[in-house]
Amino acid sequence: MSAVACQIISMSKSFGVNKVLRNINLDLFSGQVTVLMGANGAGKSTLVKILCGVHKADSGTVKLFGNNFQPSSPSDAFKKGIVTVHQSINDGVVPDLDIASNLMLDKLGDSSWGFFVRNRQLKKAASEIAASMGIKFDVSKPVRELGIADRQLIAIARAMAQDPKVLILDEPTSALSVAEAERLFKLIERFRKTGVAILYISHRMGDIRRIADRIVSMRDGEIAGLFEGKALDYEGAITAMLGHSMTEFNVNVEQNGPLVLSFENIKIEEKSQPINLSIHKNEVVAITGLLGSGKSRLAEILFGLRNQFSGVLKLNEKEYYPKSPRDALKSSVHMSPKDRATNAIISDFDITGNLTIPFLKSFSYMSFIQGRTQRNASDEMVEKMGIVCQSSYDKIGTLSGGNQQKVIVGRWLLKSCDLLVLDEPFQGVDIKARRDIGSYIRSSTKDRATLVFVSEIDEALEIADKIIIMSEASVVGEHINHEVDFPALLAEFSGKKINHNQRYL
Amino acid sequence: MDYKEKLVDLIIKYGFLCLLLGLLVFFSLFSNGFASPRSAVFIFQSVAITGILALGVTCTLVVDGFDLSIGSVATSALMLSAYIMVVLEYNGLIAVIACIVMGAIVGLVNGLLIVKMRVPDLLATLGMMFLLIGLQRIPTEGRSISTGMRMPGGEVTEGVFSPGFLWLGRHRFDFFLENLIPMPVILFVVIAFLVWIFLQLTRHGRLMYAIGSNERAAALAGTNVNKYKIVAYMISGMLAAVGGILLSARLGRGDIASGNNLLLDSVAAALIGFAVLGVAKPNAFGTAIGALFVGILLQGLTMMNAPYYTQDFVKGVVLVVALLFTFALTSRTRGGGH
Repeated sequence: MSAVACQIISMSKSFGVNKVLRNINLDLFSGQVTVLMGANGAGKSTLVKILCGVHKADSGTVKLFGNNFQPSSPSDAFKKGIVTVHQSINDGVVPDLDIASNLMLDKLGDSSWGFFVRNRQLKKAASEIAASMGIKFDVSKPVRELGIADRQLIAIARAMAQDPKVLILDEPTSALSVAEAERLFKLIERFRKTGVAILYISHRMGDIRRIADRIVSMRDGEIAGLFEGKALDYEGAITAMLGHSMTEFNVNVEQNGPLVLSFENIKIEEKSQPINLSIHKNEVVAITGLLGSGKSRLAEILFGLRNQFSGVLKLNEKEYYPKSPRDALKSSVHMSPKDRATNAIISDFDITGNLTIPFLKSFSYMSFIQGRTQRNASDEMVEKMGIVCQSSYDKIGTLSGGNQQKVIVGRWLLKSCDLLVLDEPFQGVDIKARRDIGSYIRSSTKDRATLVFVSEIDEALEIADKIIIMSEASVVGEHINHEVDFPALLAEFSGKKINHNQRYL
Repeated sequence: MDYKEKLVDLIIKYGFLCLLLGLLVFFSLFSNGFASPRSAVFIFQSVAITGILALGVTCTLVVDGFDLSIGSVATSALMLSAYIMVVLEYNGLIAVIACIVMGAIVGLVNGLLIVKMRVPDLLATLGMMFLLIGLQRIPTEGRSISTGMRMPGGEVTEGVFSPGFLWLGRHRFDFFLENLIPMPVILFVVIAFLVWIFLQLTRHGRLMYAIGSNERAAALAGTNVNKYKIVAYMISGMLAAVGGILLSARLGRGDIASGNNLLLDSVAAALIGFAVLGVAKPNAFGTAIGALFVGILLQGLTMMNAPYYTQDFVKGVVLVVALLFTFALTSRTRGGGH
């Protein structure tokens, strides 16, 4: 066994009353890829943020080759030898600068570089870094001209130029195609040989199988399982991550009501396959797929933010062409968008203001807001959704992520509608909030059709009657959520051809 | 710790009002004649016009916009009203209507530039400001307008400011004392009240605040963002025109050099308004108090024989302190978070 590069010893962290990490003990070894798995809200990202200096742990220590490691800031962590490549790739590059400046950004920020840029020297040093990483671009090309996978490569190259001891990769393949991911794995293998300890965060089985030396499963802020050795127990790792095995979900599929929404030969783009789907009253349909599979584009068509390439959308048997979210709302389509911070939260408002914003008209008399009725409606929703707060007067920013999400989802459940569309309703919430939101959505489906877009299969399994899998802007699979054929489901999800001899889970 | 946080909370909330009260007490004690109804009315009168303009800016600030053109809209209204009555010899009512329509059109153009053409708000309204400053000088070749002046064409103007129009700027109502309260002060208070009701109590105001806080979220919640933004600029333009009308009625001539300070003074009042009651948001009540605060300070200092050239310096200090209250202190209590 190789040397311990980084030791995490009994680390705990909480945000308010919410315990995000409970007594984490974890060792990372040089020259090994440790995969960290965990459902949304398991505490992975908090752990990473502590390691890379964004947050401070409440208790516990981190040791780097036996020395105490307490980064005061991300750049401090960077200098001490732990570098992180974040999931949102654009955090790691400056699009308007050329590749050379991007690769040398950390050197330029260092006072030892001097006052002037010295372009020739910069390019030479950058070219050396690029060559050592196998990057074949012209280094004077601006980064904004690169695709997402190449940008990521630049971000990783920039990180590796610092000669780090520990490299953290946060869901690096979430935006990559299979071929691009393969290129990344080759690079990771090279780093592994040079003795870097790699912490790889993902729950994509394909990735994990490809590169994991060890698997650590996290659940509810704790290490739920550690798997190492010659033959890794993938199934055990997943069971540990979820707290139950995959097949334990069995939603009671109920009788469907009349047809509400139908997609008739909808093509998202010119080359994609036509999509035909129908969603009925009293039915919850989940559409899932990887990033770039086209599900967000499909959601945007429903939101009135984008037009389909061809085909007809019908709502209650009538053609439905929303031109804006406002149009959709008027047609009794309620839509909760993804990314609550940018798309949904009004941070200046309290819980009541955030809950009632789409329906202010029904809480007003001659344009004057009726404070009492508005407050009563929101208090009722706070109660029903189990939003943890002192009162509905609390500013939305004082709530935890899960409770903020409850407010945002609750906003669209305040009034009845024909069709409810939820885009990523479980994004960035802890497991408890996820269960609360899911069970409330399921318990209130009677008078509407519900369409949910999720990026994780287990979220779909938890909430849906029917699961639709998308890949490359087309529907590739449809499953009734009852004794689901997991190998097929997972294969469709990751966009690979099915091979029945291979066990997927 | 808890005690300390509460204290900071109190300071943020009432600090500025306490400062205002302290100022009043200080001047009443140390400056003869400050604590009299006449002096109070004088203060109100000195801030009425900037106050009305500031209320317009407040509306654009609420939707996270900014209107730099208000000062030039006001001076344009001043010149337009004089031109209509003195040169074209129409009556005062037509002058008032024309000015307000002009303000609304300028606001509409500003709004369309910003919403439809995607010009950044500061640049669009800056451009509009220059355009109007230039435009108002063209008909008279840069001269002020008064009865009996010679126009570029050679004819002599014979129109006069109608008495009804002048009444808007000069009439004083009896209130306990004879001829106490001037018309502009009444209008200022009424407009402040109306804007406060609109922003605070109606759903339209609430949606405008939502747009200011997160435009995208408001749009996805079904708000007609573009409409509300344009309305905000139109309110701003119309209130600026009202300010210009009052200025014109007070002066009784189309003075080309008046109203230079209007823009900065009214923006300052709106920004000081952020600090009142610690809301850290644009609001009508705060704006009105902000305008009064500057007025009281200047009146008090003048009565204590501070030279006129210190005025801008004093205003600047007040603004910086107010912004300190708003941003430094409020962010300290909110900071942390996740």
